[in-house]
Amino acid sequence: MYQYFYDLTGNTIIATLIVAVFPLVNVLLVALIGVYLERKVSAWIQDRIGPNRTGPLGLFQTVADFLKMLQKEDATSTEIDSKLYNIAPVLVFTGSFAAYAAIPFSSKLIGSEADVGIFYVLAISSLVVGGILMAGWASNNKYSMLGAMRSAAQIISYEIPTAIIVLSIVMFTGTLSLDKISDMQTASFWNWNIFGGAELGLTKFLMIPFMFIGFLIIFISTLAEVNRTPFDIPEAESELVAGYFTEYCGMKWAMFMLSEYGNMFAVSAIVSILFFGGYHSPIGYLGNSIGVEWLIPFEQAFWFLAKGWFFILVQMWLRWTLPRLRVDQLMSLCWKYLIPYAFVNLIIIGIISLL
Amino acid sequence: MALKTEHMVLNMGPQHPSTHGVLRLELEIEGELVNKVTPHLGYLHRCFEKHAEAMQYNQVVPYTDRLDYLASIGNNFGYALAVEKLMGIQVPERVEYIRVIMAELQRIASHLVAIGSNGADIGALTPFLYLFRDREHILSIIEETCGARMLYNYIWIGGLSHDIHPDFVRKTKEFVNYFKPTIVELDNLLSFNKIFIERTANIGILPVDTAINFGASGPTLRGSGIKFDLRRDDPYSIYDRFDFEIPVGKGLMGTVGDCWDRYNVRIREMEQSLRIIEQAVDNIPEGDVQSAIPKRIKPPKGTVYKRVENPRGELGYFIISDGTVNPFRVKVRAPSFVNLEVLGELCKGNLVADIIAILGSIDIVLGEVDR
Amino acid sequence: MNQYFKNTWLGIYTVLVGMKITFKHLFTPAVTIQYPEVKLKLPERERNRLYVNMDDCIGCDQCSRACPVNCIEIETVKSITGEDLGTTSNGKKKALWVTKFNIDFAKCCYCQLCVFPCPTDCIYMTDVFEFSEYDRNNLVYKFATLTEEEASEKKLNFEKFTAEKEAQKAEAAAKQKDEQKPAS
Repeated sequence: MYQYFYDLTGNTIIATLIVAVFPLVNVLLVALIGVYLERKVSAWIQDRIGPNRTGPLGLFQTVADFLKMLQKEDATSTEIDSKLYNIAPVLVFTGSFAAYAAIPFSSKLIGSEADVGIFYVLAISSLVVGGILMAGWASNNKYSMLGAMRSAAQIISYEIPTAIIVLSIVMFTGTLSLDKISDMQTASFWNWNIFGGAELGLTKFLMIPFMFIGFLIIFISTLAEVNRTPFDIPEAESELVAGYFTEYCGMKWAMFMLSEYGNMFAVSAIVSILFFGGYHSPIGYLGNSIGVEWLIPFEQAFWFLAKGWFFILVQMWLRWTLPRLRVDQLMSLCWKYLIPYAFVNLIIIGIISLL
Repeated sequence: MALKTEHMVLNMGPQHPSTHGVLRLELEIEGELVNKVTPHLGYLHRCFEKHAEAMQYNQVVPYTDRLDYLASIGNNFGYALAVEKLMGIQVPERVEYIRVIMAELQRIASHLVAIGSNGADIGALTPFLYLFRDREHILSIIEETCGARMLYNYIWIGGLSHDIHPDFVRKTKEFVNYFKPTIVELDNLLSFNKIFIERTANIGILPVDTAINFGASGPTLRGSGIKFDLRRDDPYSIYDRFDFEIPVGKGLMGTVGDCWDRYNVRIREMEQSLRIIEQAVDNIPEGDVQSAIPKRIKPPKGTVYKRVENPRGELGYFIISDGTVNPFRVKVRAPSFVNLEVLGELCKGNLVADIIAILGSIDIVLGEVDR
Repeated sequence: MNQYFKNTWLGIYTVLVGMKITFKHLFTPAVTIQYPEVKLKLPERERNRLYVNMDDCIGCDQCSRACPVNCIEIETVKSITGEDLGTTSNGKKKALWVTKFNIDFAKCCYCQLCVFPCPTDCIYMTDVFEFSEYDRNNLVYKFATLTEEEASEKKLNFEKFTAEKEAQKAEAAAKQKDEQKPAS
């Protein structure tokens, strides 16, 4: 991708910018459609209708909200630490957006084919914590600070089970590169990692239950990393009003929202790459069967987005079903349940891969 | 060298999503740990008791609606019973039956809000909306009979404002049949959800002696395991004719008297209310509901205290009459106000998130706390 | 250890049960209605904005006295002999000009206590509930059918009439005195 645009323009900066536009558009679309879907899904689950006034079926609701947000006055309290206060939303958004650099949308549409892709994603998404802490501290609001503290503790803790499961996949596939992991699961859904990978044999069948446990753990812990219910304690509305962004409004608030939805898609993408074949189609490509080569990347992008959206929908479904945990229970879930299970899972997967 | 630390004071409310109206809690916290809770009341004070002194007896009834605005029928009921006792009025059978059915319907509606908002405070918004959907059925049944949805002014001294609507019996039966499965659904969706149990079981344990010492009543008291219900222990109206059980907290998920017990008592009470409604709705005798209403309400000199079991606990009216058309003094023993006192005791050493769960399980209505 | 696995299992299982229930609700039709377009049929006993049928009002002031919040304001003027005010629909003879009948709906608590004492059933509650206003003064509804000039005219008439009567009385009394004087 980058190489193509570099050849086209002959300028590294322009090529980089062009490549960066695709994930940005994706993040914006995810936020726009995501907020709309969140409202619709919650409405359907609660036997309501949901937004239906702005445009057909209320489709322009989030667009209208976004326009409203742009026009809003940037009202701030007088007692804030304005430098940190202004940087925080940018930093949070940067953290979630930078993760897209290594995520392969299709075999052609990939920002960086770095060999340490998954490692980079895990590392860069920790940047969000810094932003959240800044936001909480700089707002000079007790609720914000409590929210930020909770959030920092939560995100840092839940990186451990995530990393362990990623480690077990890395052990299993032998690579850190996200597009290589995807490429290993090509051709059919039976080759997905959750079904024990592409190699047929006894190990494949032995692997299935443990891969499934691994999937559950990484799904739960990434859910916690993006602060979604039942792990939305940093912004628990009935306790902390709105958590670390209580004092924000207008576009700065929208940046937090954008990064939340960006993060949701990013972790869904990671889960689908690690366990569900990434951008590869579960049933083979139309482009292959009718012999149109250029169609394949588009199909891959479609499957990738479809898988990402599927997990986003599951996240929404969970959000509107479950109550939220308490801060200490969140920690005990992580340290007493997820991490031990993840460790045992890691060891078993290691042994099975050795077989 | 030890670092000097101090406790943080966090003002929760009066504009806070889960203080159920305009209660202000002053929390003294140490990190997330709460050391002290001080409730500050009075943001909704409307001088009900002073107002009542300037009103004629029948004009006080609309004011009682506004005490516990989620259980207005119960408030009317208590006040009407108190004045009837003062004047020695015997109301017709039909009135008694309708009053009981209405009060039980209202109890279900009130508990639905209590349970729903308790769940919503903990983060489960969906059951909250399901319960409001079910409450809507009750409200429309009552609306059809008396024309109002919330502040009914329905139970008058000596009778009722309207006779029941011709569709009332049919619709009530329909509701009973509709509502039974939704209790099961609620149990599956929320009550036995592991996260909900974790959030409420063993939290805010109210020991029996503390509950009694603080004068708690209603589900707050019964959650601690005491079988005390005025409908059975001090039967008023015709409650002694019906067969129903009094659910108490048994510590099913944790310790007796925790938040989950108080929550569960409410659900089981709804089931018992359905039982009472089922028994009563078929036996409503014929008659005139307004025949016993006195032309001129002028009770003799004297005092009276009458208590009823409102959804939130013992609601008592103490009335002093000086023989004129206006009451000399009306004092309300509001269950929410008394139950709220327990909060300080329950919240010590819990986390901020638990305060919300405990407050939700005590189920206060600020209209009644501040009066 | 047993408890540990039981907790894990319960955690997963109850979440799945909840998800099953919410999944079912995804496909149940909405129970809400689209309010301004769709309106529920209100029951006939609906208690909303009051209406006063002035043709039937006899100005007896009973509703105003029953009101617990004093939101009804009534002023009346007695009719003078020779004026015919007509009768109400249930045959009562009207004797008072109602010069002012104001209901302040900003105060009204919709308790319906004013409706019951009315001897001619002329004040009743309708099912109109959409009457919000930007100015609180617009919520004072004036039901009196007489215009201000008419009202002041009636007042004047009555004053004149009473003055005449007084004068007559005084005259009669004076006459009586005069007649009594010579006798004593």
